[in-house]
Amino acid sequence: MSGYQALTYWDLVAASIFLVLNAVFSIALNLGLARTLIVSALRMTVQLVLVGLILKAIFFAGSLWWTLLAATVMAAFAAREIRARQKRRLDGLLGVGLGAGAMLLAGSLVTLYALAGLIRPEPVWQPQYALPLFGMILGNTMTGVSLGLDTLHTALAQGKRDVEARLLLGGTRWEATRPALRQALRSGFTPIINAMAATGVVSLPGMMTGQILSGIDPREAVKYQLMIMFLLGGATGLGVLGATFASIWRLTDTRHRLRLDRLEKR
Amino acid sequence: MLTIENLRTPLVGPVDLDLEKGSFTAISGPSGAGKSLLLRAIADLDLNSGMLTLEGTEREKMPAPVWRRQVAFVPAESGWWAEDVRDHFTETPDLGKQLEAVGLKDALSWQVSRLSTGERQRLALIRALQLGPKVLLLDEPTSALDPPSVARVEMLMKDCTARGCAILFVTHDPDQPDRLGARHLYMESGRLSASPSRQDAP
Repeated sequence: MSGYQALTYWDLVAASIFLVLNAVFSIALNLGLARTLIVSALRMTVQLVLVGLILKAIFFAGSLWWTLLAATVMAAFAAREIRARQKRRLDGLLGVGLGAGAMLLAGSLVTLYALAGLIRPEPVWQPQYALPLFGMILGNTMTGVSLGLDTLHTALAQGKRDVEARLLLGGTRWEATRPALRQALRSGFTPIINAMAATGVVSLPGMMTGQILSGIDPREAVKYQLMIMFLLGGATGLGVLGATFASIWRLTDTRHRLRLDRLEKR
Repeated sequence: MLTIENLRTPLVGPVDLDLEKGSFTAISGPSGAGKSLLLRAIADLDLNSGMLTLEGTEREKMPAPVWRRQVAFVPAESGWWAEDVRDHFTETPDLGKQLEAVGLKDALSWQVSRLSTGERQRLALIRALQLGPKVLLLDEPTSALDPPSVARVEMLMKDCTARGCAILFVTHDPDQPDRLGARHLYMESGRLSASPSRQDAP
């Protein structure tokens, strides 16, 4: 088994040569892509370098409070992203709170379960394990929840007449919104289902690749990857279910009316 | 049978109205007067306040689905949630006869996307009648129909009142209230009255 090959910063500069080449082509062919390409590459570089420094500091400090603070910042960014990815969202605080709450509840539950029950680092919150795990789980749950809510709200707003037709025929609010709910759940689950189906056949998952590159036995890397995928699937599922049910509960009332007035108008 | 007292929504009311067993009540008035909103409020589809009682039972004393099965509302544009017409109906023994009565004998095997506006209108009425309602609220039930179909639908409506249900309908057809022997009311800016106050109201 070969050891770990560390990269120098010059290696990175060399690696970016093809990207720079693309920018040159874009300018030569007048594609207008050079600017966005360079800006996003620079932005990514700055973000990742900073994250590297911050993670290093947190790992070095080994403090529960810094770890929690980092997790909170990650959750706040994810919450903002869920809000931004919905074309129609609930009005008031629930516009950000409902999706974020479902994501956080499902994400924290699954992360804690994995840390305390499966990986069992010492101490349990050890940032080397807790932060990357929480990040992966949060990211996937965030995608699922925002897709689910966006689909649900669009389906209800565009299908108002169909939902009300079922209400008028004596359906309860849950019966009347069933088709919209099914659509929302399907779209929230799709990314994780696709990821599970394609994983390993076309590309190796990023985390597994990382472990293999750092010299871990592929069979061990596969075990870790499988555990992560199960956790991601579980957390996404819980988050999507929770968010869509809570949103339907909010967008209907006890007199079984569809309350689209509780969707924010844009 | 259905008593409405002080019914209000932000755009409608206050409205007081009594629907007698086996009777027709017609509402006409300019567009935007709140006719459809009134029917929606009675069916409890929009937020509203007021005292509604059906045969002595208060609306709020029963769950909304139970109320809507007894006070059935057919909107001007009906909703269809599945692809096939069949999936929107409960297949009862007399369904075939009812469909035949409105000239849509074979409609069950059709697709919703291929229905015309008039066909949807008639099917939505049959769908509501399947609930066996005591009160029917119909929003322009014959607006998209040719004269023979209008006659068929009016026949069906008369069958219903003959069995004792009360029908409240919105219409723009000036002769329809008389054809059905309906009490004729007018609606303007959310209020009901027994006669039109302006010349342009039909």
